[in-house]
Amino acid sequence: MDEILLQILNGLDKGGAYALIALGLTIIFGTLGVVNFAHGALFMLGAFCAVAVKAFLGMEKVTLDPTQTTAWGTPMEIRQPYMEAWFGEFGRLVVDFSVPFSVLVAVPVMLIVGIAMERGLIRFFYKRPHADQILVTFGLAIVLQEIIKSFFGANPIPQPAPEAAQGMIDFGIALGFDAGNVVYPAWRLIYFLFSLAVIGGVFAFLQLTTFGMVVRAGMADRETVGLLGIDIDRRFTVVFGIAAVVAGLAGAMYTPILSPDYHMGMDFLVLSFVVVVVGGMGSLPGAVLAGFLLGILQSFASMNEVKDIFPGIDQIIIYLIAVVILLVRPRGLLGRKGVMEH
Amino acid sequence: MSKLYVNRRGLLKGTAAAGVGLAAPTIFTSRAWSAEYMNEPTGDTVTLGFNVPQTGAYADEGADELRAYQLAVEHLNGEGDGGMLSTFSSKELKGEGVNGKKVAFVTGDTQTKSDAARASAKRMIEKDGAVMITGGSSSGVAIAVQGLCQEAGVIFMAGLTHSNDTTGKDKRANGFRHFFNTEMTGAALAPVLKNNFGSDRKAYHLTADYTWGWSQEGSIKKYTEELGWETVAAVRTPLGAGDFSQYITPVLNSGADVLVLNHYGRDMVNSLTQAVQFGLRDKEVNGKKFAIVVPLFSRLMAQGAGDAIKGIFGSTNWHWSLQDEGSKAFVKSFGQKYGFPPSQAAHTCYCQTILYADACQRAGSFRPSAVGAALEGFSFDGLGNGPTEYRAADHQCFKDVLVVKGKENPSSNYDLLEVVEITPRAQVEYPAELLGGELGPYNDGA
Repeated sequence: MDEILLQILNGLDKGGAYALIALGLTIIFGTLGVVNFAHGALFMLGAFCAVAVKAFLGMEKVTLDPTQTTAWGTPMEIRQPYMEAWFGEFGRLVVDFSVPFSVLVAVPVMLIVGIAMERGLIRFFYKRPHADQILVTFGLAIVLQEIIKSFFGANPIPQPAPEAAQGMIDFGIALGFDAGNVVYPAWRLIYFLFSLAVIGGVFAFLQLTTFGMVVRAGMADRETVGLLGIDIDRRFTVVFGIAAVVAGLAGAMYTPILSPDYHMGMDFLVLSFVVVVVGGMGSLPGAVLAGFLLGILQSFASMNEVKDIFPGIDQIIIYLIAVVILLVRPRGLLGRKGVMEH
Repeated sequence: MSKLYVNRRGLLKGTAAAGVGLAAPTIFTSRAWSAEYMNEPTGDTVTLGFNVPQTGAYADEGADELRAYQLAVEHLNGEGDGGMLSTFSSKELKGEGVNGKKVAFVTGDTQTKSDAARASAKRMIEKDGAVMITGGSSSGVAIAVQGLCQEAGVIFMAGLTHSNDTTGKDKRANGFRHFFNTEMTGAALAPVLKNNFGSDRKAYHLTADYTWGWSQEGSIKKYTEELGWETVAAVRTPLGAGDFSQYITPVLNSGADVLVLNHYGRDMVNSLTQAVQFGLRDKEVNGKKFAIVVPLFSRLMAQGAGDAIKGIFGSTNWHWSLQDEGSKAFVKSFGQKYGFPPSQAAHTCYCQTILYADACQRAGSFRPSAVGAALEGFSFDGLGNGPTEYRAADHQCFKDVLVVKGKENPSSNYDLLEVVEITPRAQVEYPAELLGGELGPYNDGA
């Protein structure tokens, strides 16, 4: 029982990342009709916002100590972070909280990146076949990856959570288990709650604001909204920016869980497309539901008891579920008839 | 107006002429046609092929390998401070090239993919005339390229490859490995684990699901079970899994008190970081402090894991903090040129280049069979690992093995590992038959 609970928690934090990426993909597909293969790269760019913020906050004053030499005979470098030198303990605390702070930076940066991507490249492909869109966005993803690699290298870069969030939370006691039986890292729970908050924020924005109402109307019937005199293209540009922000936030907060490297977006991209398809193309609640569902199923498939019966099931479970769902419900879990079928 | 008449005789003549014409380029350009062996150097240079990952997840390690190769070529051609040429026990190389020829090089990108690595090696052999191929950061790639070099008739000096299979069941006469292997890691690490954690332990393995992972898991299980440890479970994880949490949570309540991470590269960085996140490093199980072991450590990868490596035991082929004359000379030479110390991958690649060049010089030829004969059974010193021998039976180098531990208080980004024991060569030697395979005959490619 305790292991089942732990695997559910695993699935929820993993599913949080899937759901956030799939949500952005669905918004873009639903509004602009674009299959965005660069969406994983936006997740990666968000993660590197966190890396850049940490590098900026952790900038060091380098002085040479001629009394000590390195193993290769040059004077030893003495490094001290400016933040610590200037602000003492407070400066150290600011560097320690670089990941949460990076969220504040990721929002404007990703919004600009998203809008620039849409205006600079994607809009020229609205009327082109999906194959062209896939090729250009996939190419863009590779370009973005290589740019990041040229600046930050190919190795993963450690990005620890704030010290205060590095511990474990013991659920077991509250649920009647022995102490220490159901413990889970605090940061992963924070990530799960953060993903719920972002998902809630996006839904609230689309459901409760006039802007959101117009966007939803545009998703349902773009032409009619245009005939009403509303510049739907401009709004869709902002929507692309918002989708980029959602992916970026998911990436920035995920860095303490997965040390970021230039390739991390590609690892999530294929899975997120499966999530979108399973959830139902164009269905926002479907994307979220499928994200969490596939995250949890992936975790359960990795249990030793399951692997003993079906060896290697953990590596194919996502695709197996996708096949079954598409056979039983060809439009996905929450896909509706007539949506995205032209 | 003239008419074109085609008769039988004319057609035959034309076909014959066309056949000669088509065959001519192959006849005149084939390197093996007139040479005594594949890519026999005829000018005043000899070309080596450095096949390293320049893109993909191991690009940083590949870049470090390339730095070492460039340094080795400089030293062979008499430039720079000479590096380990001055400490190498063989004094055949004088910094005047090899066999009177300047050393030149071409590079290829393995992408850490077997097919891409074979394609780049093939291009360097067929198009660039490389007489030797070296490099790489993966056992799968090394085995694939070694097979290609055997077929093509050039020598392969393996880079970073740790699977037993490279010089075990997949060994080839034209292939040589300086790096150690999982069998040696198991033999070196087990006694240190016993001294630190005792002989009554329950181990849980997470293993990368490919040739190196299986090899590493097998060796560690064999040696730790001999100590009296029990293997609770050995779970295969997909390569590049990213988030390992679903594999780590079952460890928590499995009764195991040791987690062995048979992972390398990104997988190692992620699984170790996440295992520490799940509190395994500070946990107590069965009344004992939980232990995490990473059998193959790499300083480059350790940088990616940050603080998570503190106190974690593992093994490495070489470390820049060693104080023998060879290591000091290499670190000085590399550090002065690039501003930071070399990795173990850089070290093994540098050594392989020097060893190949020295063997060519001693053989007086670049012919693969002659170079191979010069390497077989060759004993040397001064290259950073103490007295070493290239065993003739399997083309595997035998030398001391370093057991290391993540430093608690590193002084810099490079000072992450401390050497806790130098396991003597005699303790890690094994009979060549143990790992199976046949070298077969040399292929000179002529």
